[in-house]
Amino acid sequence: MGTSLANLVAQRIAFGILLLFAVSVLIFAGTQILPGDVAASILGQSATPQALANLREELGLNDPAIVRYFHWLGGVLTGDLGTALSSRQDIASSLGPRLWNTLFLAFWAAVVAVPLAIILGLLAVRYRNGPVDKTISGLALASTSLPEFFIGYLLVFLFAVKLQWFPSLSTVYDGMPFLERMKAIALPASALTLVVLAHMMRMTRAAILNVMQSAYIETAELKGLKPLQIIRRHAFPNAVAPIINVVMLNLAFLIVGVVVVEVIFVYPGMGQYLVDHVSKRDVPVVQAVGLIFAAVYIGLNMIADIAAILVNPRLRHPK
Amino acid sequence: MTALVLRYGARIPIGALIGLIACAAFLFIAIFAQWIAPYGLGEIVGDVWEPASPEHWLGTDNLGRDLLSRMLYGGQTTILIAAMATALSFTLGSILGFLAAVVGGWFESILSRFVDLLMAVPTLIFGLVVLSVLPSNLITLVLVMGILDSTRVYRLARAVATDINVMDFVEAAKLRGEGSGWIIFREILPNALSPLVSELGLRFINAVLFLSALSFLGLGVQPPDADWGGMVKENKDGIVFGVAAALIPAGAIAALSISVNLVADWILNRTTSLTGGRGDA
Amino acid sequence: MLKPAGTWRDPESSLLLDMRNLRIEATVHPPGDDPQNVVIVDDVSLTLEKGRVLGLIGESGAGKSTMGLASMGYGRGSMRITGGEVFLNGRDILKGGVHELRKVRGSEICYVAQSAAAAFNPAQRLMDQVVEAALHHGIATRAEAEKRAVALFRKLGLPDPENIGQRYTHQVSGGQLQRVMTAMALCPEPDLIVFDEPTTALDVTTQIGVLAAIKDAIRDTGVAALYITHDLAVVSQVSDEIMVLRHGKMVEYGKTRQIIEAPRMDYTKALVSVRSLEHVENQPGAASLLSVNDVTAAYGRAHVKVVQNVSVQVCPGQTLAIVGESGSGKSTLARVITGLMPPLSGSITFDGRTLASSLAERTKDDLRQLQMIYQMADVAMNPRQTVGTIIGRPLEFYFGMRGRERDARVAELLDEIEMGRGFMNRYPAELSGGQKQRICIARALAAKPKLIICDEVTSALDPVVANGILKLLLRLQKIEDVAYLFITHDLHTVKAIADSIAVMYRGEVVRYGPKSSVLARPFDAYTDLLLSSVPEMEIGWLERASSRGSAAQSAS
Repeated sequence: MGTSLANLVAQRIAFGILLLFAVSVLIFAGTQILPGDVAASILGQSATPQALANLREELGLNDPAIVRYFHWLGGVLTGDLGTALSSRQDIASSLGPRLWNTLFLAFWAAVVAVPLAIILGLLAVRYRNGPVDKTISGLALASTSLPEFFIGYLLVFLFAVKLQWFPSLSTVYDGMPFLERMKAIALPASALTLVVLAHMMRMTRAAILNVMQSAYIETAELKGLKPLQIIRRHAFPNAVAPIINVVMLNLAFLIVGVVVVEVIFVYPGMGQYLVDHVSKRDVPVVQAVGLIFAAVYIGLNMIADIAAILVNPRLRHPK
Repeated sequence: MTALVLRYGARIPIGALIGLIACAAFLFIAIFAQWIAPYGLGEIVGDVWEPASPEHWLGTDNLGRDLLSRMLYGGQTTILIAAMATALSFTLGSILGFLAAVVGGWFESILSRFVDLLMAVPTLIFGLVVLSVLPSNLITLVLVMGILDSTRVYRLARAVATDINVMDFVEAAKLRGEGSGWIIFREILPNALSPLVSELGLRFINAVLFLSALSFLGLGVQPPDADWGGMVKENKDGIVFGVAAALIPAGAIAALSISVNLVADWILNRTTSLTGGRGDA
Repeated sequence: MLKPAGTWRDPESSLLLDMRNLRIEATVHPPGDDPQNVVIVDDVSLTLEKGRVLGLIGESGAGKSTMGLASMGYGRGSMRITGGEVFLNGRDILKGGVHELRKVRGSEICYVAQSAAAAFNPAQRLMDQVVEAALHHGIATRAEAEKRAVALFRKLGLPDPENIGQRYTHQVSGGQLQRVMTAMALCPEPDLIVFDEPTTALDVTTQIGVLAAIKDAIRDTGVAALYITHDLAVVSQVSDEIMVLRHGKMVEYGKTRQIIEAPRMDYTKALVSVRSLEHVENQPGAASLLSVNDVTAAYGRAHVKVVQNVSVQVCPGQTLAIVGESGSGKSTLARVITGLMPPLSGSITFDGRTLASSLAERTKDDLRQLQMIYQMADVAMNPRQTVGTIIGRPLEFYFGMRGRERDARVAELLDEIEMGRGFMNRYPAELSGGQKQRICIARALAAKPKLIICDEVTSALDPVVANGILKLLLRLQKIEDVAYLFITHDLHTVKAIADSIAVMYRGEVVRYGPKSSVLARPFDAYTDLLLSSVPEMEIGWLERASSRGSAAQSAS
């Protein structure tokens, strides 16, 4: 092993970085070069020509797009995300705590969802075509069709309004005790878990089933091995890569679900921040948050690919 | 085999039947909302969040409008916009995907790389970024939703057409000297139809969910028009007071997407049993 | 020689395996329909004594692999044993449930699969897998088992026996993996090994070595074997007795010599006589219909040459067979001739004119006169078109036939391929493998071609069906006066149909001429190897071929 494996991983990382740059161009282009004039859409139809001209000047809209892009990119690379138009606040410093809040929420949702999905996936495979499998698969199919806010408000209605176990709004603040914070995020984290669970479970089931139907599993059975030995020695080592892939794809999916869930629970995270500023047409904030979301998404996909490279015996032990 | 094929035609599984009936009902609402709605869209007919009564079967909403009437109008808007976006994404995606598969070369490379790039950003995030600068109207919505979603149709159409394009029966047609018209429309298309049709259902569900999410976030359909996602937003504050009005449009979205899912699933199974069966299997 | 199923047997007797009245069923799940039960094996009994080899033979779907796995109490997928008993060393192994079965599997009875490449865990070193069963059942310590494995690797003729166990699946060739899998089965010193088509996926020149290694290993270790294959010639080399299965039922059961020399049942007779089809060679005429002149073809930018300086000719109304193993370039040559792949250099002359090198530049008449039939009839027909459309389209396209005229001609063609006009409105999915291939033949004939390229047209079919297709092709050649360019890896097919033969090896024609002279001594080294590797349906062939091979090797 060694060099060729390291090469492949390096290639994948380089590709990820390249992709991120391309995406930054795309996001920039999406907000700057589209037919709508940013200044006009910010100020609305009643704006005076003078006000428009002032805003254009302030936004640097009079420079060519390429100049503005590199100016923006230079800022991003040095940690300067610019200033919000609506609040005049530094974006990077208001983003910090929100990013942390979002990661906290997503982390706990993942902590619950990932093991649960893998266990349910394994159960579905173990009792394949039986009632357990059919129930799990049926529920999974149904829940992939549910909008996030249906799950979210149903949870609120049941657990916050009727049973009054948890607060309906997830208010968190600095220096909040850990247990209180956990109680505050209980409902949004559950909603997020339910949003990704079905998907992750179905994909895990498919991945494990694929491995369990391989000829080498039959070979192991015909050696007289016990089911657990078969899973530990033959199924698991080959299922790791597909399962990591499933988990990463769904974490990426979770990152998107977080936007709607944060709005439902008025949780002070990145998603809510993004939605607020889209309504205010605050382009610098939207660009910055969009780029961060995209970076996380690309990063998770990259990790999935790298994991697949690392556990592939063909690549680990080249001819 | 013949018997098997014939039986599928005659028998519809119970799940698909429920899906079909529900889809028909939704379609009926979408077309005839104006005539069956008991009250007007913006008509204030009672108190805020009145419970269900003989006059107002689903009660009233946050401004005292009849919820049933708004549900009917909202369903029309939701289904119409989602259908237009799906039509756009499908036409765009499948034409480009087929062309890429048949033409190949630089055309395919450039298009595929661009689609990869678009798909490297989550659709909702990119949608929000773009909507932050575009005017909020129906055309923008349909364009943004349709174009973003066409990337997935493109990938599927290209993959399916590429697979079929290398099969021996297409090669046999090329060796016979057939033109590309015959090859695309008579050899490839009939075989690509079943995965594409069932994808059509999935894309429509996706469009419904995407539109609802946007409207719920306040970035989709703008008042005074209403769609189901927007109605959830309007009535969400009632939840805290134990008023379930917001759950009704949310549930309708779920019901619509589940029923389309059931039908799409059935179509996929039914058509693959026609083609996929190899006689000597 | 039917054996009566005995009553209770003394465990000290020489009887090892006794399967009685076995019935095996499977559940199929047609999409959108209720699950259905299908009988895979219906009331089959067999016995096997210690140290003996029983061959199970039959076409696909005969239930032979299912029987083999049932001897281990195992059902693949949804298959399950619903009736009968399996006695191994005097015990009914089906009685004790899955715990008892696990004790037997991997210790008393082991399995060798058709595709060793898939049957080994790609994430584990081969050695770990070879010794796994012996360690699991406490038959040997790790050191003993590894020592035994290395000895087996050596016996089975694997290169570098000391270290090959340290490799992974993807680092070892297909033929070698099949040997490693045999070593894996032998390592726990079982009483019985089930060989499930162990050489079917291999090229013929690789097969002979693996076959000889398996036979030697069986003889030297004294293990008994169930040897499953569809190839009667292969099984007659290794087995003492043969059971013929068809559609899950036993057809005939007897000593190997009796089965191949004096079969009793019609189906067995058909199987044995498959090889007897002989075609008297026509003398090459003065004119040639197709001539391939010094053609070289390459793939990709790297210009990997897959066909090099090939020149061959086909006479009108005659058959040229192109023989070679996988990777010999024979199918690429067909692509060059049809214009799908323009050659790097060289030219193709057809009916006195030079053909354009690419498909797009050829005239409609060029295309019409040169038709093609594919290996997989399944994918060579559009599943969305009826038989009538499939055969009718060339009539419309080349001759402008429409409506009733076209239908009448389609019906005529259907009669010609011995199927009849009733098939006009059927879809390909409703046809059997042999019928599909016949439709493809009719489609080619519809164009009234002068030459048909047949690319491995019989290799996906069961032997009896394939034989029918070959007979049909020979008959049609006489009626229509059409020439064939017949691409195959199977020398028996060549003998059955060819007038002249070209042997290809690594992209080059190594031997070319009329059939009689190509198949007559003296041979070049490769043709010799190829001819001597094709199993003959006679007892003792393997030993003679192997000793010839090793004599040739030691001489060189």
